Amino acid sequence: MTVTEIITTMLLLASLPFFLAGTLGLLRFPDLYCRLHALTKADNLGLGLVVLALIFQADNVQQIIRLLLTWLLVLIAGATVAHLIARKARGDGHKHWSRQ
Amino acid sequence: MIDLVLAFDLILMTTLISLAWLLLASRDLFRAVVLFIAFGLLLALAWTRLGAVDVALAEAAIGAGITGTLLLVGLGKLGSAERCRRTPRPTTFLQRLTPAVLIGIIIPSVTIILLLELRQLQIVSSGQQGLVLSLLDISGTDHPVTAVLLNFRAWDTLLEKGVLLLALVSIWSLDQARPLFHQEAPSPVLKGLSQLYLPILVIVSGALLWQGGYAPGGAFQAGALLSAGILLAILGGRSLLPAWYGMPLRLLAGCGLLIFILIAAATLLAGNLPLQYPQELAGALILLIEIVATVSIAVILAAAVAGGHPAEISATEQQQPPSSEGTS
Repeated sequence: MTVTEIITTMLLLASLPFFLAGTLGLLRFPDLYCRLHALTKADNLGLGLVVLALIFQADNVQQIIRLLLTWLLVLIAGATVAHLIARKARGDGHKHWSRQ
Repeated sequence: MIDLVLAFDLILMTTLISLAWLLLASRDLFRAVVLFIAFGLLLALAWTRLGAVDVALAEAAIGAGITGTLLLVGLGKLGSAERCRRTPRPTTFLQRLTPAVLIGIIIPSVTIILLLELRQLQIVSSGQQGLVLSLLDISGTDHPVTAVLLNFRAWDTLLEKGVLLLALVSIWSLDQARPLFHQEAPSPVLKGLSQLYLPILVIVSGALLWQGGYAPGGAFQAGALLSAGILLAILGGRSLLPAWYGMPLRLLAGCGLLIFILIAAATLLAGNLPLQYPQELAGALILLIEIVATVSIAVILAAAVAGGHPAEISATEQQQPPSSEGTS
């Protein structure tokens, strides 16, 4: 294994807990807003680490730019979609979860 | 490493089959549509694993993206009462299967059949490959898939454009397009997103179109991306000028088929078979067809999502049929 392969593996492994946390949050959190929060935050960081891991395997600058652009676009789209879902849910009268 | 790859393929196949079962057996139609989109994306991954990147791109963009959007829009028109299949509706064969039967018998057997097929495929796959590759330098393109789709078997692609157009004509004959997305003012965040993404989608679509000349890509994938851009622009509150509803929109939708037929007629008049391009013009003709087809596919797909024919020009105040642009 070369150094870059080890770095890639470490980064990929580091991304797994974020995806796991996001999935767990999606399944277990009490209301829609919490689930959205878990999903977008965790997936963004997890994907960021995957992109970072793949950058170490890229052949040229063009590929690196494409990978970074993919991450950036997913970040923006994910945040926007989360906002839109939450906005619609709020308009439809979804209640916030509280401890009572 | 081989074992890891095999494990990945096995997990992928098992997930695909389970998803297919779940979405067919789902009583909640919304859930079924969401599962269908997930199924499409995983299917794209499976195509990539088979080395068919072109098909994977088309599956992700059209199979999951545009078809998913169409289904969601259709679901929105159904109303909440019909979305759940609880009302008397014969349970299908698939719904009667218990998960135990599925996991125990069906998934393993289908997976094994697919695995056997896959091994067969690797043996057979070289079938026409040599022939196509040996003719590649007279085809006018450097990508074998594009050479087959737009030169050797261009007739099929012509008919495909016809099918798309026919689908749009059918949709238009059913209903008038109603404002889909404008119950309330679009969120400013969505407006910002559409402003940011529209140019990016146009550029990427152009790149994908150009890339079809030497790598996986081409008119269908580029057109699907462009139509996503158009839909995003509509979601962001833009709309087409009423003057465009009539002839211009119909011309844009029809031009993909039209250019194909014109070129077929021209080659026929020149004394060749229809769509048998002169060798030195092949590259230019393929590029021309691809560019026109991309715009036309984008317009057709976006108009299909609008769900009906555009309003008459006199009554256009409330209507929001697809916007379109000729920037590609």
